[in-house]
Amino acid sequence: MAEARDTILEVDALDVRYGPVRAVRGISFEVAKGGITALLGANGAGKSSTLMAVAGVVPVTSGRISLFGQPTTKATPDAIVRSGVGICPEGRRIFASLSVEENLIVAGTAVATPQVAAKRRAEMMERFPILGERRRQLAGLLSGGEQQMLAVARALMGAPRLLLMDEPSLGLAPQMVDTIFSIVEELQCEGISILLVEQNAALALEVASHAVVLANGEIAAQGAPADLASDDLLKSAYLAA
Amino acid sequence: MDQLVQQLINALSLGGIYAMLALGLAIVFSIVRLINFAHGEIMTFGGYGIFLSMVFGFPPVAALCIGLGAAVVMALAMERAAFRVMRGADVISLLITSFAVSEILKVLFQNGISARPVPISFPSAWSSSYQIGGMTIGVAPTASIFVTILSLGCLTFVLRRLAIGMAMRAAAEDFDMLRMLGVRANRVVAAAFAISGLLAGVAAVIWTAQRGSVDPMMGFFPVLKAFIATVLGGLGSLGGAVLGGFVVGTLEVLTQAFLPDSLTPYRDAIVLSAVIAVLLVRPDGLLPARSGTRS
Ligand SMILES: Nc1ncnc2c1ncn2[C@@H]1O[C@H](COP(=O)(O)OP(=O)(O)OP(=O)(O)O)[C@@H](O)[C@H]1O
Ligand SMILES: [Mg+2]
Repeated sequence: MAEARDTILEVDALDVRYGPVRAVRGISFEVAKGGITALLGANGAGKSSTLMAVAGVVPVTSGRISLFGQPTTKATPDAIVRSGVGICPEGRRIFASLSVEENLIVAGTAVATPQVAAKRRAEMMERFPILGERRRQLAGLLSGGEQQMLAVARALMGAPRLLLMDEPSLGLAPQMVDTIFSIVEELQCEGISILLVEQNAALALEVASHAVVLANGEIAAQGAPADLASDDLLKSAYLAA
Repeated sequence: MDQLVQQLINALSLGGIYAMLALGLAIVFSIVRLINFAHGEIMTFGGYGIFLSMVFGFPPVAALCIGLGAAVVMALAMERAAFRVMRGADVISLLITSFAVSEILKVLFQNGISARPVPISFPSAWSSSYQIGGMTIGVAPTASIFVTILSLGCLTFVLRRLAIGMAMRAAAEDFDMLRMLGVRANRVVAAAFAISGLLAGVAAVIWTAQRGSVDPMMGFFPVLKAFIATVLGGLGSLGGAVLGGFVVGTLEVLTQAFLPDSLTPYRDAIVLSAVIAVLLVRPDGLLPARSGTRS
């Protein structure tokens, strides 16, 4: 009982295949309530596949995923999101031909009433002032860091309990990487549980409360970030840090 | 001068019909990657809706509204019955499905109503004309231009200002991302079909009001032209569809009016050659859809 209450996401013996490619091979881990769980690993390790399986976007070949204590085997991505999950996918995928504000309006349509959505939009523009300043600009014209902020703001429109973030720091200038990581920590302080996929292992291990290292679709190690960070062998083998 | 203005009005009126049909095709294509060959039958169904409600004694304006509604219902029914189960299939499978839907509906129209044109008798005022600055101009073509402008204006409003319209534009760009924001795919797709049906219904209203009859092939031929218009404008581009529609309509009217009699059998060939010539220079169409769209 206690475990069910403290676990937001439970992944059990998850397998993801794309035809003959076994991207994820029987991995199990949990995301604790209120924590940041880092999912690390080299290119092609299966991090995004795991995240997209949790989101319901790629089908689970075998294994079990439970969100908020409910199995999600048959759930569609939109139903999973409406149940309280926010997604910042790999590559940000903001709607480039829509304005900043329109991106947020679209993000609010399914997860909030019009009044609540309007209130949250105002909150987002306050939290990320640059989005407020550029509200009428096409989102495609924003810089990479600004686009990432928009992607985060968009994922927050439904006031999620769990946030799935796929490499939010990728391709950003060092200063912007710091900004993004401080946002991640801020969100955690507000009580949002986070599953964070990162290639920047050093930074991810700094903010995480639990870390899972993937290699070739399997779990190479998992545990407290401090332990993983001090393991030189692990670092040199799997984490390009 | 007199003739030129009249032909210009005819060109705008016909171009507007093509533009609305092309827009309906483009909206659905941009979101579900379906080239809906059965779009013409949505228009025809709207035409029969007008015909039948006149037969049942509804006043003409009410009959036109019923025709609009019939087209929307047909578009939604088509999506539900035929295309929803095919969601995510490749473009060719979807195209073949829509061929089948088109054929089935045409047979139903032929056997259920009549293979030949059925007349609709609108008030004679609709087919009259008025004088302006010494020129004689038809009431129906003028009204159809206003209806077209109104429809395009409403559509722009929906797409630019309403959340569902923004969601449709987002869906055209990255449908999977939209679902990752919690939006139900079926709602957006249904909205796209409803709008395409409404536009086809408006086309049916204008078409029947000008021609006064409905037949099983009524929508088929204009939609063929609308296909050409969407390709000319840039497949999946909404602005391109409108522009393409007006270009094809104008070319058609001008060749009809000003070609010598000996060349009129080659009218369509001349129009198509002009389209091909444009595509040779601009293979992606006049106003291509944004690049960088994920499929
Ligand atoms: N849609 C797909 N079809 C086929 N194979 C895929 C597909 N998506 C991913 N893969 C393969 O699955 C494996 C895992 O990919 P995944 O994207 O999950 O890795 P990742 O850890 O997120 O890598 P990166 O750090 O580069 O983002 C890779 O070998 C990849 O080539
Ligand atoms: Mg990845």
